[in-house]
Amino acid sequence: MSEGSGLLALIRRTSRHRGAAAGMLLLALFLLAAVFAPVIAPRDPLAQSLDEGLSGPSASHWLGQDKFGRDVLSRLIHGARLSLAVGLGTVGVSLLIGLAAGSLAGFLGGAADRIFTGACDVLLAFPGILLAIGIAAVRGPSFGNVLFALSVLGWVGYARVIRTQVLSVKTREYVDSARAVGTPPMRLLLRHILPNAISPILVEATFGIARAIVAEAGLSFLGLGVAPPAPSWGSMIGEGRHFLFVAPHLVTAPGAAILLTVMAFNFIGDGLRDALDVRIETR
Amino acid sequence: MRRYLLGRLLRTVPVVFGVVTVVFLLIHLLPGDPVEIMLGESAVPAQKEELRRELRLDRPVLSQYGSFLAGIPRGDLGVSFRSREPVLGEIARRIPATLLLAATSITVAVFVALPLGVLAALRRGKPADYLSGFAAMLSLSVPNFLLGPLLVLLFSVQLGLLPVSGYGAGRPLVLPAVTLGTGMAALLTRMVRATLLEELRKEYVTAATARGLPYRSAVARHALRNALVPVVTALGLSFGAVLGGSVITETIFSWPGIGRLLIQAIDARDYPLVQGCVLVIALSTVAVNLATDLLCARLDPRIRYE
Repeated sequence: MSEGSGLLALIRRTSRHRGAAAGMLLLALFLLAAVFAPVIAPRDPLAQSLDEGLSGPSASHWLGQDKFGRDVLSRLIHGARLSLAVGLGTVGVSLLIGLAAGSLAGFLGGAADRIFTGACDVLLAFPGILLAIGIAAVRGPSFGNVLFALSVLGWVGYARVIRTQVLSVKTREYVDSARAVGTPPMRLLLRHILPNAISPILVEATFGIARAIVAEAGLSFLGLGVAPPAPSWGSMIGEGRHFLFVAPHLVTAPGAAILLTVMAFNFIGDGLRDALDVRIETR
Repeated sequence: MRRYLLGRLLRTVPVVFGVVTVVFLLIHLLPGDPVEIMLGESAVPAQKEELRRELRLDRPVLSQYGSFLAGIPRGDLGVSFRSREPVLGEIARRIPATLLLAATSITVAVFVALPLGVLAALRRGKPADYLSGFAAMLSLSVPNFLLGPLLVLLFSVQLGLLPVSGYGAGRPLVLPAVTLGTGMAALLTRMVRATLLEELRKEYVTAATARGLPYRSAVARHALRNALVPVVTALGLSFGAVLGGSVITETIFSWPGIGRLLIQAIDARDYPLVQGCVLVIALSTVAVNLATDLLCARLDPRIRYE
């Protein structure tokens, strides 16, 4: 039986992977929490109540209160917005740059490709979130700066994948035929090559969202993410770890949120890879 | 081999230049005047001028870049704005701690990943394989800024077995090394499993067992050995990730390494020191990647002729 080739068919194929199905369910919950945060959150995430600081879970505060007496559950729900915004925003910006740079390098070859490869080699020499730490440190804590810091390196992965794909697709016969009938180069790239190189990017982008969410949380943990008092899961852990002896829930609650979200994206990525039968190579 | 070595070295030169340039540009990303940001608004003009001269910010950008570049071979990375000591000296004092932590976490990762990966490959599709796959996925999804506090919560707060922080080669090293090594162990486990499975499908394994060699010996003596070349590459490449990850791990456990120094420098707005730490970590990564490539070319002659 044919399954079709649209988005629905892809979701159906991906959800056959048990982990991916669980991941999609979790992600749906996470998305709902993020979109409807002001409605769902029981309290104002910024409202302080200093005399109740560090209280544990109770009937009125299900996940307890932080050192300022703010409701942890409400901060967690609002934090989902930030995580999602950073995850999607970083991947969006990185994809745009990566698609443009990688496809041009692969399509044009020669000097453009050499410059591209050199730039990638330089940026990849900065391990993990080191460069993002450096940039965020000098730019100061803000949403825009986090997005900028993470995108500076974020595009490289997509660009390398797309370059490899373009290099392989551009030698196929149908591309030669299109070129032979006089299709202009840009149209050739946009209409004939890129659509056939997009599957691995989808997989890579899914993992990329998870990476961006972790990176933002890492920056916020170090105090370099979004400026306080905005609720970020990373800064909640960063503040909470100083009270591990008296209020461990301050670390475990946001920790569980990050862990579940990242696992959800990783499982969906694995499922997508199987569904699209993609082997990502970047050489 | 000599030709490969030369070619690989030559390819490293532009990368080093690029890294140095990016690090140089960092301070120019500061919104506004770096001197004012470092000294605060209350500083008098004379103080500002002095610091501007000290940081060479009073000269044109190209000239600043030139002296930054020229200083590196001499080990001159500038002077720490807070301690007034040479940046390289401050960093050098922290290197042993970071190296100790990195080496231990890599060792932990290898000792966990090798048996787990081999077991998963040999028991493919069985509970042991699924269990190891799930453990790897879980470990990959736990960021170290979460794993660290969780380990502290369990082993220090609840069980009272290990110290919350401290420095030394004994008990204080356990939690930081496990925190830093867990992600790498997960990656390596997946890699060992995948590469070993690929080798096990090859004809030489069948041929070896057909000649009467026990399957276990065919795996250990032949398949595993061939499967290890990509694993060595991954190990070398993940050294960089360990150095990057050490920034957060060292901060959690107050481990006195370069990563912690970087965060202290950021807190103190000591930008020359920030630049120095980022530069040293990035250049160490480039050096280890180079060494890994050379080691792999030695292990697998095919790489040299590609």
